[in-house]
Amino acid sequence: MSPRTMAEKVWDAHLVHRTDGEPDLLYIDLHLVHEVTSPQAFDGLRLAGRTVRRPDLTIATADHNVPTTALDLPIEDPISKKQLEVLTANCAEFGITCYNRGDENQGIVHVIGPELGLTQPGMTIVCGDSHTSTHGAFGALAFGIGTSEVEHVLATQSLPLIRPKTMAITVTGALRPGVTAKDLVLAIIGAIGTGGGIGYIVEYRGDAIANLSMEGRMTVCNMSIEAGARAGMIAPDATTIEYLRGKAHAPTGAAFDEAAAAWLAFATDEGATFDREVVIDASTVEPQVSWGTNPAQVAPISATVPDPEAIADPAERDAAARALSYMGLTAGMPIRSIDVQTVFIGSCTNSRIEDLRLAASVMEGRTVAEGRRVLVVPGSHRVKRQAEAEGLHEIFTAAGAEWREPGCSMCLAMNPDKLAPGERSASTSNRNFEGRQGRGGRTHLVSPAVAAATAILGHFATPEDLQ
Amino acid sequence: MKPVTILSGHAVPLQRSDVDTDQIIPSDWLKRVERTGFGAGLFSEWRDDRSFVLNDERFQGATILVAGPNFGTGSSREHAVWALLDYGFEAVISSRFADIFFSNCTKQGLLPVTVSPEVADTLLAAVAADPGLEITIDVARGTVEAPAIALSATFTLEPFTTERFVNGWDDIGLTLRHSDELTEFEQSRPAFLPSTR
Repeated sequence: MSPRTMAEKVWDAHLVHRTDGEPDLLYIDLHLVHEVTSPQAFDGLRLAGRTVRRPDLTIATADHNVPTTALDLPIEDPISKKQLEVLTANCAEFGITCYNRGDENQGIVHVIGPELGLTQPGMTIVCGDSHTSTHGAFGALAFGIGTSEVEHVLATQSLPLIRPKTMAITVTGALRPGVTAKDLVLAIIGAIGTGGGIGYIVEYRGDAIANLSMEGRMTVCNMSIEAGARAGMIAPDATTIEYLRGKAHAPTGAAFDEAAAAWLAFATDEGATFDREVVIDASTVEPQVSWGTNPAQVAPISATVPDPEAIADPAERDAAARALSYMGLTAGMPIRSIDVQTVFIGSCTNSRIEDLRLAASVMEGRTVAEGRRVLVVPGSHRVKRQAEAEGLHEIFTAAGAEWREPGCSMCLAMNPDKLAPGERSASTSNRNFEGRQGRGGRTHLVSPAVAAATAILGHFATPEDLQ
Repeated sequence: MKPVTILSGHAVPLQRSDVDTDQIIPSDWLKRVERTGFGAGLFSEWRDDRSFVLNDERFQGATILVAGPNFGTGSSREHAVWALLDYGFEAVISSRFADIFFSNCTKQGLLPVTVSPEVADTLLAAVAADPGLEITIDVARGTVEAPAIALSATFTLEPFTTERFVNGWDDIGLTLRHSDELTEFEQSRPAFLPSTR
């Protein structure tokens, strides 16, 4: 057999049916469900008199709508409350395990899959959420789907798919001290653009990728979709295997060793070719801050806000001018000079234990700048318990930050955590679209390290600026 | 979905690139558990601006949206497609669509028409100049035509996607033809794969 990429191997291993001129029918190993994109899919099943084919390969959690305030308080928004109740009822009716608000396993869908050991190399994983690309960090083929496809997977545990092209993004060398996985992926998106990955499955390769922790790899794969790629993948290796060892749903004993050998075999073969290759030198990446209203509008923190007039492409120039107007910024302003009112540390991009440890290490013994609101929202109850066992919550609250219950929170402001019109945030989330964090809100995407330093100084800063 | 063969009508020019699904249907609207009624939420934040093109009376009744590149980027929310359909759009023309949005369109019968950047720019300018410009899209032939400006362009869908549009086929029904193969595949899956139980 000719050499194959990892994406091709996972694809081939899940092929149920192939007819020339039709999409391939792929088997789905794990279907993650949440409250926002599933109600209409369950309705569709009921209308057609269909059942869920494999409830044992399906899992649900409440994340997008849940308030992050105290669990003993009721959900005030009646529409959010109803949507959460509908998820619970649908899961009960169709026999699906569901982690509701307050459950010890509840959390953001892309945080709990990996931490429960449900996300494993070589699997196909889907969810009605575009950040499903996160799970590709394990060498799984994982991508977001729409509600019609959610219904399709519930009914058939498979999806008809047209095979995407493959792209290798090779990150050579080493990241400089203080530069994180988030900075790297923002720099990648800035380099290839929001549409650069459309039609591709991206495989991230190279020393700088191999040296990332699983948390860092998840941050990189999570934002693949912001470059347009439905899926991003990283080859499983010793780091992956050690992460999975002992996880609740990972195999045990001899089965673990058998699985680990199978996982490693999914790595791209020597000599396999990609449809497109991009090379990035890790040593050139600085801490990043987005200045515009799409995730490719990003710059190093040491830079100034760009001048739209200097952009050659007319569509990009127009988009940049619109973005600066929305963001209330002027070309030429140093990025460090921009004041923020709110800092959000959380989301499926950066709410894992390593992210919280990094933010806490920056904020320890320091005080949040006067008048700034800082929300720290762990990605899951498991992350929250771990952080509390390490005393991180005390560091955050002593500094003046709010320590919240898990959920998607201010990443997309479906719960009460929102920006006011004109309010500016430094956010560890993944999208800086207009109104994403609340109507009229102005979002700047940053790493947890930059978010924490910015919380202390009140304007964009790196931990080094605090010395 | 209902069959889509030939679409003919007026268009709205949306001269913006990277129109993301948060703009098409803001997240407040995603709390609803129904599949209908999303038209009122379409571009709701932009529609607060009276000068926004959807508020321009000259474009009322349009069934085709012409937009800049990277239309539908961002979230997987199919609500974006439901909102466009519910508002009355039957097709979107752009030089590039985000993958998940494109896929969602094909599941719901909203026709995504990918044309060259030049054709997109020509149409944007022509529709802005003449809101009554008649545009005809033929799914089976893969053509976009505006005779008044002598424009005739082609677009491609995967042949099977074209078949699905023209016949209005239901994906789940198509897949269930392969039930035996699904069962056979399930028996060959490695035992170490996880169960959610």
